Amino acid sequence: MSFVEYSDLIQEGDVVIIFLGHDSMMPIKVESGAQTQTRYGAIRHSTDLIGRRFGSKVTCSKGGWVYVLHPTPELWTVNLPHRTQILYTTDIANITLMLDLKPGSVVCESGTGSGSLSHAILRTIAPNGHLHTVEFHAQRAEKAAQEFTDHKVGHLVTVRNQDVCKDGFGVVGVADAVFLDIPSPWEAIMHAKKAFKRRGGRLCSFSPCIEQVQRTCESLLDHGFEEICTLEVLQRVHDVRSVTLTLPDFGPEEGGTVTKLTSDPAPVEVPPTANPSYSSVTCKTTTPPREMAGHTGYLTFATKPRV
Amino acid sequence: MADSVVDSDVECGINEGDYVVLKRGDVYKSVQVEKSKKIIFEKQWIFLNAAIGELYGSTFEVDTGGKLNIRKPRNTEDDATEAKEAGQDNRHIMDDGKSQKLTRDDIESLKEQGMKGQEIIQQLINNSTTFRDKTEFAQEKYIKKKKKKYESNITILKPTSRILARMYHGREPGKVCHLRYDTLAQMLTLGNIHAGSKIIVFETCAGLVLGSVMERMGGHGSVIQMYPGGGPVRAGMESFGFPSHFHDTLHEFPLCKVNALLSGTLNVDEKETDSANNGQSEEQPAAPSSGSSESQSMEGSTDSAEAKKLEERLKLREQKAQEKRVKMEEKRKRLAAAAALLEGRNADGLVIASRFHPCSLLLGLLKFVAPSRPFVVYCQYREPLIECYTKLREQGGAINLKLTDSWLRHYQVLPNRTHPVLLMSGGGGYLLSGITVSADAATSGAPRKTGEPAAKRIKLD
Repeated sequence: MSFVEYSDLIQEGDVVIIFLGHDSMMPIKVESGAQTQTRYGAIRHSTDLIGRRFGSKVTCSKGGWVYVLHPTPELWTVNLPHRTQILYTTDIANITLMLDLKPGSVVCESGTGSGSLSHAILRTIAPNGHLHTVEFHAQRAEKAAQEFTDHKVGHLVTVRNQDVCKDGFGVVGVADAVFLDIPSPWEAIMHAKKAFKRRGGRLCSFSPCIEQVQRTCESLLDHGFEEICTLEVLQRVHDVRSVTLTLPDFGPEEGGTVTKLTSDPAPVEVPPTANPSYSSVTCKTTTPPREMAGHTGYLTFATKPRV
Repeated sequence: MADSVVDSDVECGINEGDYVVLKRGDVYKSVQVEKSKKIIFEKQWIFLNAAIGELYGSTFEVDTGGKLNIRKPRNTEDDATEAKEAGQDNRHIMDDGKSQKLTRDDIESLKEQGMKGQEIIQQLINNSTTFRDKTEFAQEKYIKKKKKKYESNITILKPTSRILARMYHGREPGKVCHLRYDTLAQMLTLGNIHAGSKIIVFETCAGLVLGSVMERMGGHGSVIQMYPGGGPVRAGMESFGFPSHFHDTLHEFPLCKVNALLSGTLNVDEKETDSANNGQSEEQPAAPSSGSSESQSMEGSTDSAEAKKLEERLKLREQKAQEKRVKMEEKRKRLAAAAALLEGRNADGLVIASRFHPCSLLLGLLKFVAPSRPFVVYCQYREPLIECYTKLREQGGAINLKLTDSWLRHYQVLPNRTHPVLLMSGGGGYLLSGITVSADAATSGAPRKTGEPAAKRIKLD
């Protein structure tokens, strides 16, 4: 297992995602002799996991079962231990496309935070790209570095514990893309500019507040960035379900054979069960979530032109 | 490392034969660089000759009659207008239609004289009686509008998914089933597309989705394009201008042979009957042609020139048949290679984006995907995906099913004028994504559904 390479069988030391049911998952590290408790009972790593195929169904001690999944950056994003607020897949997807990331890209990122975006970047730039990520919080930087090693992507990333607004990214003239998720991105634009390759590249800054965006755009303009563009993406998850609508009763009709023919929705009409005096129609539809994420952050993109 | 060095070398200059993207404002057009070829872009004829040898990202000014390109050095100061003079509000600005002193004919003749766009704009400003009374913001807006019309700066870019997806969505959304670029972004991410994997793609989006998948794989791993009809459509993919080794990782397999492959009858088909067919098709045209030429040559043996002609024609025909045979053989080999890749039923992902009903496509093609791998289906409409969702739930073999769509909103960010852009896209299509899991080997689905664990799950929900 690695976050940048699929494998078929679970091995000791792997991170696997235990899928417990609708929207309920947990990540575990596989160690022979270890046990993990779930609400369906215990999973014994040596017998239940090691040597099994990713995607198989595992029966727990109480007779319940779970699926064991191969880790991906997307599964990691919804399972990782939060050390900060994180970026979610919808934003990550757009950042990846709009920064032109692909295998071989060299990327600078700050802050590392909980590593949600970092894993997605590493997946995309492998096997020959590199991520330089800067985190000013020592403990978070250390934790992230440890995770990258555990996830077998350590060779693709350098974690630096410094303040990007003061000290920059620790590299100059190497980046194809720069990503900023810090409280005052405008203070880091100058350093971002230096990090880019001579031929330039793409920059993205993520900010929750419009005032931050305003200052960032001004700074980008001052530093000669082009194609400055701010956008926001929201994802809606549609809940698929069958809904039953009761048909109104207009009372008995007189000589109503003609009208009945035209108005009869034959294929979907369901014989009334609960209340014999009403008939109903069932249809498959989706309902919007009662509540959804209405705002994560504004994404500001820009192109650093060739020097 | 070697790759990235080569990459940077390639990206330096524009070469003849390169696939590039022309950009003017927010409008993109993908073209191949050819010497002395006329290209229409934004109502202008242009030749790309002068661009050859220049660097990617360079901006060119289109000159009038000659339609040649002149390189324009980047100077940010050219926007600076002289004395700033502006009004406070528009209470005294009347719309009498006479504020512009230049007539349409005047402007036309300025253009014909070969005056540069910037100079025309200056003329328009000088001859506008109301310009000075406009607010600073309104003046800026006026200049911006005129610039868009009279300044024709074209930037030449290296194609990427981002640029081509925006181009297709802007210019020809029908060709890509109205797939918006943020939705494409979701597909690539939800599908966990990355170097070294084996991905099955079925698309009728002109090859844009295929190209985007290939870009994310960087020439590592393999892509199997399933295609309907006579052959795969790849125009959008070609526009990426991938290096040749990327094409080695690309395979194609006809959709109409999927059932044969699944039932295990394909191998016989392609190796036995197909080659037999080849033999027949070779003989069929060969037999009558040789016969007729023989009889003809016997009759006209006196005329040696005619005989020579006939011989040549025969040779040509033979050559063509040979070429055809080689092509058939090549095609058969490619089919066999694609079949071999699919047969393992261990693909690392499935991406579908087409104008076809997605349900049978998804259920059929999912059989080639290994367990614990993501898949993603795009459809312009929601209802077919609801059906997919329901069928997959009944059938099993997939979890974490999500039916989603996304909203994309652009913002104008300017000092004191920040707001969402007035016009936004109404819809970018829908996605159904999920993860494959092992179908149960021994026990059938029935006890699973009614058994204790299932009951527990219901309790959970």
